[in-house]
Amino acid sequence: MVGGPQTHRLSNGGLIDRSAPLSFRFDGKTYVGFQGDTLASALVANGVKLVGRSFKYHRPRGILTAGSEEPNALVELRSGARREPNTKATTAELYEGLEVASQNRWPSLRHDFMAVNQLFAPIFVAGFYYKTFMWPAKFWEAIYEPAIRRAAGLGRAAGVADPDHYDKAWAHCDVLIAGSGPAGLAAALAAGRSGARIILCEEDFALGGRLLADGGTIDGRPAAEWISRTLAELGSMPDVRIMTRTTLFGVYDGGTYGAIERVNDHLPSPPEHQVRQRLWRIVAKRCVVAAGSIERPIVFAGNDTPGVMMASAMRTYVTRYAATPGKRIALFTNNEDGWRTVEAALGAGLQVAAVIDARPDVSPAHRSLASKSGFTVLHGSVSSVEGGKDGVRKIAVLLTGGARAEVEADGLAVSGGWNPAVGLTSYHRGRPKWRDDIAAFVPDGAPPGMVAVGAANGAFGLGACLREGFEAGAAAASDAGRNGNAGAAPVAEDEAFSLTPLWRVAGKGKAFVDQQHDITASDVELAQREGFESVEHLKRYTTLGMATDQGKTSNIAGLAIMAAVSGKSIPETGTTIYRPPYVPIAIGAFAGHHRDEAFHATRLTPSHHWAAEQGAVFVDTGLWKRAQWYPRAGEKDWLESVTREVKSVRGGVGFCDVSTLGKIDVHGADAGAFLDRVYINTFSNLAVGKARYGLMLREDGLVYDDGTTSRLAEDHYFLTTTTAKAGPVMQHLEFCRQVLFPELDVQLTSVSDQWAQFSIAGPKTRDVLKEIVDPAEDLSNEGFPFMGARKVALRGGIRARLFRISFSGEMAFEISVPARYGEALVRNLMQAGKQFGVTPYGTEALGVMRVEKGHVAGPELNGTTTASDLGLGKMMSTKKDFIGRVMAGREALIAPDRQVVVGIKPTDKVRRLRSGAHIIPKGQTPGPDNDQGYVTSVCFSPTLDQWIGLGLVERGRERIGEIVRAHDPLRGEEYDVELCNPVFYDPDGGRQRG
Amino acid sequence: MRIVCPFCGERELGEFTYLGDAKPARPAADAGEDAVFDYVYLRDNVAGAMSEHWYHSGGCRAWLKVTRNTLTHEISAVEPAAGAGAAKVGA
Repeated sequence: MVGGPQTHRLSNGGLIDRSAPLSFRFDGKTYVGFQGDTLASALVANGVKLVGRSFKYHRPRGILTAGSEEPNALVELRSGARREPNTKATTAELYEGLEVASQNRWPSLRHDFMAVNQLFAPIFVAGFYYKTFMWPAKFWEAIYEPAIRRAAGLGRAAGVADPDHYDKAWAHCDVLIAGSGPAGLAAALAAGRSGARIILCEEDFALGGRLLADGGTIDGRPAAEWISRTLAELGSMPDVRIMTRTTLFGVYDGGTYGAIERVNDHLPSPPEHQVRQRLWRIVAKRCVVAAGSIERPIVFAGNDTPGVMMASAMRTYVTRYAATPGKRIALFTNNEDGWRTVEAALGAGLQVAAVIDARPDVSPAHRSLASKSGFTVLHGSVSSVEGGKDGVRKIAVLLTGGARAEVEADGLAVSGGWNPAVGLTSYHRGRPKWRDDIAAFVPDGAPPGMVAVGAANGAFGLGACLREGFEAGAAAASDAGRNGNAGAAPVAEDEAFSLTPLWRVAGKGKAFVDQQHDITASDVELAQREGFESVEHLKRYTTLGMATDQGKTSNIAGLAIMAAVSGKSIPETGTTIYRPPYVPIAIGAFAGHHRDEAFHATRLTPSHHWAAEQGAVFVDTGLWKRAQWYPRAGEKDWLESVTREVKSVRGGVGFCDVSTLGKIDVHGADAGAFLDRVYINTFSNLAVGKARYGLMLREDGLVYDDGTTSRLAEDHYFLTTTTAKAGPVMQHLEFCRQVLFPELDVQLTSVSDQWAQFSIAGPKTRDVLKEIVDPAEDLSNEGFPFMGARKVALRGGIRARLFRISFSGEMAFEISVPARYGEALVRNLMQAGKQFGVTPYGTEALGVMRVEKGHVAGPELNGTTTASDLGLGKMMSTKKDFIGRVMAGREALIAPDRQVVVGIKPTDKVRRLRSGAHIIPKGQTPGPDNDQGYVTSVCFSPTLDQWIGLGLVERGRERIGEIVRAHDPLRGEEYDVELCNPVFYDPDGGRQRG
Repeated sequence: MRIVCPFCGERELGEFTYLGDAKPARPAADAGEDAVFDYVYLRDNVAGAMSEHWYHSGGCRAWLKVTRNTLTHEISAVEPAAGAGAAKVGA
C-alpha cells in the first residue's frame, strides 16, 4: 500500500472494494483509490479539486459531473505511445498504476502562466477568431494560429503510432436496449421473458444507472436487491447479451446501430491478443432507448469554480463512491430532485450550510428537515461564487425580494432540472419537442423501430421508468415476433416532481454556459446583438456545444438564454440538429484492423513467391503486387535491368506474369451477339480457335476498356480486360446482360483468379514452349497461326489454354493454366528455357515494348479519348448497334482538331523525354492558348537507343514528321521533338506473325 | 442501410454498389441522338420514392431494382433485373 490517506473517503458504504486499493499518479503525485472508483471519484476521495485549466481563459476547473457529459475534468491518460488526451476523468476507470496528467497548463496546474488570458478576456469574446485575426491574411497561418493553438487547446496526441489493436464486429438481435437503469432493465426483463434475443448496452462498468447512486424501493425491496435479482433472471435466459463499458453512439438506416465497447481501457494495456476497443454495428428489429437524462446547470457568476458540482453528481460521489466533494456543502436548486443530494449529504455525515431554492415554496417535509438538521433554506438564487483553485469559499445569494445573503461552504451542488438524453432519438434529423410541464425537450418520435422510455422520454419517476420500460420491452419483443408471457411488471412509487424553470442568474463576473469551450452568458447575448439569433448560428459563431462533450450540459441553457434575450419562447428558439457520435470515438476504432499492411487487401500473382526468390522489385498496381523488374548482380540501376530484359525478349525469349488481367468466360447461344453489343467491333463472326482485339466504349461514346477475346467454342468466348478495369468491366457486362439485354441467352463467369496467365515472347518462344506443351500439339505457324487460340494439353496432362497474341510485337504466346499450377509452370519455364536463355521480365519491360509497338494503355485509355483518338476508329462497326455508338458520333467527339495518339521522339537523341511535357508549336510562346497536347507515355527504347514516347496531340496523325516543342515547366525543360508514327518497332508486324 | 436481395436475403449496404435512376430505358438502335442523349445525361432529381439500380457486388452479382425513398432511405421494394438470377435453361 502506497500513498497517503484518502482524506475525503467515508469510512463505510459505497460500491467500492476497500480490500482492493489501487495507486495512481496525477501530475506526478501518487494517490490511492479503490477498485470500483472512476478516476474522478478517486480524485474526489483524495480531496483533489483542481483537475484542469479551461480552453480559452485557462481558468481553474474541477469536476462538474459524474458521467460522459463532463465538460471540465479532461485529462491525459497513460504515457508514451498509449497517451490518450481529452479523456473524461468521470468515465475513466481507475486501475493500479494509472498515470494521469492535467492538460492545457504551463508550467503547472496550480501556476498556469496562460491564466493571463483572462486579463485579455475582451478579445476572446464570441467570434474572436473572425474579428481579431482578419488582417493581414498571411499572418493567419504564420503567427495567429500557432499562437492561439499554443495558448488555447486541449491535450496532446501521443505523436506516435498506437500500439494497440481495435476490432470491428457485427451483432444481430430482436431488441436492442440502450441503458441499464430501471427503465432499461425493466425493458430487458419484459423482452427477455417474451423470448426475444436481446442486446443491452451500458456505458458504465456497473449496471443499474441512477439506481446505483439513488437507490430506491422496487417491489417492496431495496433497489440493489432488485438489480441483482433481475440480472440473475436475465442471465438465465438463453439469448440475452449484456455489454458493459459499451456506449450506443449512433443510429443508422435500416435498424443499424453503432456502439463502442471499451474492452480493455480499464487495464494498463490490453492483455496479449486482445483489443483495446471494439466497434460494434448492431442490427436490431427494435431498439428501446433508456439512456436516462442529464442534469442541467444554472448559469451564474463563478459557476465554473472547482467545487461547484451538479447535485446528482455530488450525491453519486457520496453514495456510490463514498467520496465527499466537500465537508460543508450548499445546494442551489430550482426543483425537488436537488434535495435528494442534501439528504445524501446528511446521511453521510456532511454539514449542510444552506439550501438556496429558487422555487416560491418548499415542502413542509423539507422545512422540517432543515430545522432538524440545522441549516437554513434561502428563497432566491446564487448570484456568484467566490473561490479559486482551492475551491469554493463563499456563495453570494440574491434573495427573493432583493435582499442579499452569504453562505460559507466548500462545495456547491447545483440542480437546474433534468434534460432527457434526446441524442439517439434525434439522429435522423428528428427535432425534440418542448414540454412545459417538465420544462424540458423530449423525443418527438424516433427513427423507425426505436422508442424512448423512462427519463429519456421525460418520465422521471422511478415507478414511471419501470412501467414505461417494461411496456416498451414487451411491445418491442412482440413487434419482433416474440410473444411469450412477460409476467408482472416491477412496481415502485414516483417521486414528487416540482420545478420552477431557471436558466441564468444575473451577476457580476463570468458566468459560463459552455464550460468546455469557455462560452459565457454574455457571449450568447453578444451573438444575439450581432444578429446570430438562430441556434445554428449561435452554435457556430460562439462554438457553444461544439467541444468534445457536444454541449451535453450547455446546449439547452444556451438556447434558453438566447430565447430570453431575443424575446422568444424556448420552443420557438428550437434546438440545433443532433448528430452522432454521442461520445467521442477513436479513429482507430473505425479503422479496426484495417491499418498498415492490412489497410487494404493485397493480391499476389501466381508467380509472386518465385519472383520474390529471384529478388524481383515489386510495384503496387491497385491491390496487386507485380514484379516490376528483376535486377541482377552488377546492374547499376533499374534502367540497366529493364534494358537487358527488353533485349533478351527481342533477341531471344522472355516471359511475364500477366495473370492480373481481368478474365471472363462468356457462355451461351447468344454469346457472340452479346459481345457484338458491348464491343465496337464484331465478335459473332470470329472463328472458333481465333482471338481478336476488342475495344469497349462507355454509353457516352468514350473508350472504356480494351483487351483480347478468344472464341474457344461455338458458344464459349474467353474475354480479357485491363488489370485496372477487371472489376468494373465485370459489373458493366453484368449490367448489359441483366438489365439492357435480358433477352440474350448468355452467362458471364469471372475467372480472373482461376487462371494463371503468362506471356512468353521472343523469337525463341516456340523452342521453350515445345518443352512445356504436349508434343502432339502443333505449334507451327500453320498449325497455330498469329491470333490463334485454343485449349491444349501440357506435358504431364495438365489442361491449358494457349493464345497466340502479342503485346510486345514479338512472336509470342500467352499460356493459361489453372491458378494452382501457376508457380509450377514458372519453374518449369525457367528450367526448360534455360538452354534458350529464357529471361523473366517485369512490368517495366512490358511497358517499354508496348510503347515501342505503339499500343495504347492506361495513360491513353484515360476516360477522355475516343476510339478514333487512339487510332482505332476504323474498328467501329457500322453494321450493328453497340454501347456508345450514338454518342460517339457527337460533334465534339468527331471534331477534326481533336488530340490523337501520335509517336514522339526528341530530335536530340541523347535527350530524355518526360511524360507530362506539353506540346507547343515551334516558335510560339508556351501558354494555354497554344497548348496542343501532351506526352502520355515514355520509355527508353533499347531497340532505337533513345527515349521515345506516345502523346495526345492535336491533329497528330496529319503532322507526322513535324518538329514541335516539348515544354515541361515542372522540370524547367523545353526541347524539340518530332511527331512520328506511334509504331516505332516493326511497323509491318512481320515479327509477331513469323 | 440494408437491402433485401431477392437471392441472398437481407444484406448490409457495403455489399452493394449504387448505379442510379432505373427509370431511363436504353433507346432502340434507330432512336436518334436526342433520345440517347436524354438516356445518357438527363436525370430527375427525385425527392421521395425513386427506383434505382443497385448491384450486389459483394454477393450474387445480381442487378436489382430498388425502390428507395430519397428523403428517408426507406426501401419499399426490391426486384431482380429481368436477366438476373439463375441461368435461363433452354431459353
